[in-house]
Amino acid sequence: MTALVEVSNLSKDFGGVHAVEDVSFAVEAGQVYSVIGPNGAGKTTLFNLITGLYTPTGGEVKLNGEPTGKLQPNQLAERGMCRTFQQMQICMNMTAIENVMLGRHLTLKSNLLTTLFRLPALTRGETAARNKAAELMEFVGCGNYLDRDAAAMSYGALKRLEIARALAAEPKVILLDEPAAGLNAVETEALEALIRKIAEQGITVMLVEHDMKLVMGISDRLLVLNYGRVLAEGTPAQIRVNPDVIAAYLGG
Amino acid sequence: MAQLANFRLKGLLLLAIVVFALPLFISNPFHYGLATQIALIAGAVVGLNLLVGFAGQISLGHAGFFGLGAYFSGIMTSNYGWSAVPALLVGAVGVGLIAWVVGRPILRLKGHYLSMATLAVGFIIAIILNNERALTGGPDGMPVPSFDVFGWELSPFNQYSLLGVEISGDLAWYLFAGVVLLVAVWLAQNLIDSPIGRALRSVHGSEVAASVVGVDTAKYKSLVFVISAIYASVMGALYGHFQGFITPSVASFDFSILLITMVVLGGMGSTIGVIIGAVVLELLPQVLADFQEMEMVLFGLILMLTMIFMPKGLLPTAAGFWAKRRAQTAGGKA
Ligand SMILES: Nc1ncnc2c1ncn2[C@@H]1O[C@H](COP(=O)(O)OP(=O)(O)OP(=O)(O)O)[C@@H](O)[C@H]1O
Ligand SMILES: [Mg+2]
Repeated sequence: MTALVEVSNLSKDFGGVHAVEDVSFAVEAGQVYSVIGPNGAGKTTLFNLITGLYTPTGGEVKLNGEPTGKLQPNQLAERGMCRTFQQMQICMNMTAIENVMLGRHLTLKSNLLTTLFRLPALTRGETAARNKAAELMEFVGCGNYLDRDAAAMSYGALKRLEIARALAAEPKVILLDEPAAGLNAVETEALEALIRKIAEQGITVMLVEHDMKLVMGISDRLLVLNYGRVLAEGTPAQIRVNPDVIAAYLGG
Repeated sequence: MAQLANFRLKGLLLLAIVVFALPLFISNPFHYGLATQIALIAGAVVGLNLLVGFAGQISLGHAGFFGLGAYFSGIMTSNYGWSAVPALLVGAVGVGLIAWVVGRPILRLKGHYLSMATLAVGFIIAIILNNERALTGGPDGMPVPSFDVFGWELSPFNQYSLLGVEISGDLAWYLFAGVVLLVAVWLAQNLIDSPIGRALRSVHGSEVAASVVGVDTAKYKSLVFVISAIYASVMGALYGHFQGFITPSVASFDFSILLITMVVLGGMGSTIGVIIGAVVLELLPQVLADFQEMEMVLFGLILMLTMIFMPKGLLPTAAGFWAKRRAQTAGGKA
């Protein structure tokens, strides 16, 4: 069985900084796979490499066995990869539901003619997209904000909205970069439940998160990064007792 | 979307009422002429707003496309005996192609670099129009035949009868331009509230977010650049036929700045707002006739002051103010 996401000897330098150095691991379809590590360990950089926002200095990423090479983020989205950001990326010039409908972009085949004259084919597609988006907003727990301007929403609601947008693209794998950052305990619990529900739908989840309780409870496997390098890799049980990890990270 | 659709229809309806009610209040040919000119320029501004207000890209050379449309239609109708409609349409396709070719590379630039590049595009077009004397008449300009729909001539100097009512050519032109503007607005609104429109707006809202959900941002930037150039070209062509005479000033830097100022003043991303911007900035010089020489300074000042004190523009600022007032009164009652 080939892994859904396979990372081999991946590296990224910024000037003199080795943000990610010689990192290899594989994520099987259906797993919840987490990446942890102290601040500046290279987690976000790793996600940016996987999703095509950065070009690696060395190594490669395979999605479904296919090397992603020079594929752009939008081309990776076409192949079933979607993500959220540590620095939330919401279109503040749109309403909440429009942000999620944006996630339907790839499933909405529209041409200029049906658009300009607002032909029935377009309206049908839009209605379906809106219904799907509303359903997803309900699913992530912001069903009350459908036509709210994104700019008028709370931080916590926007974090969930971003997940809904990623889900709208019907990804095979979703990458969540610190979804719990800035959330309170109640919201974090809701998030944990949400991630479980996402995984239950068969979507592979890659997660960067500092909240250890959340990560240890939810992950099938973990990758621990330190100074851009792999410190350990394994199941939560293995990671918990790994002496290197305890010394460098959990113990500290 | 339901809300947006509602809002959209209201805006269009309001505009239609204003357009068709205006003849009840004005009657002299000069005023009709001014209103026609404003409607045509407003149409170009609606197109520019798609690029600037919705997709968040800048063009400081848009008058170039307006000028190309005007000159192409003028040259084909006067020198080659084309009818105005095919001249306008072929010109629009040609300008769209030019915009696509120059847009692809320059839209990779951002901020000031994009400003400079579009500025250069406008300058180059203006220089060509100035220098190709044989075709364009150079700086002195050229006469343009009246607009015709396959032989049926629309001229300010004719008399027409519409549904049994006698109307002057001035009024006929005004009504025609008004309908063109309404169609331009309708198409723009349809575009904005669609998957393509969301993709365009997402380029403004967050290019990374757009790209990770599959939006080919480069493609959509080119697309909106082309569409806004076609808007300018069509309006330019009509403008030329209406005026009956054009000079390279229709493609000038000053005019590009005026178009941008209309977008910024009226409210980037508000279709009705930018029309108000066009009306205000076209009427201003009429009211302040003494400022002729200072026009550019005045527009520059308006541009600056708007960006500092009213970054959302006239209409959105007023709407926000109104909404707040209403919320306050509602809160007071509760
Ligand atoms: N675009 C960039 N240019 C230069 N250096 C960068 C860039 N992005 C990241 N870095 C550097 O690379 C290293 C890894 O950063 P990264 O953001 O990947 O860490 P992280 O593990 O996500 O940290 P955090 O937990 O704080 O989010 C840091 O030293 C950072 O300063
Ligand atoms: Mg990070």
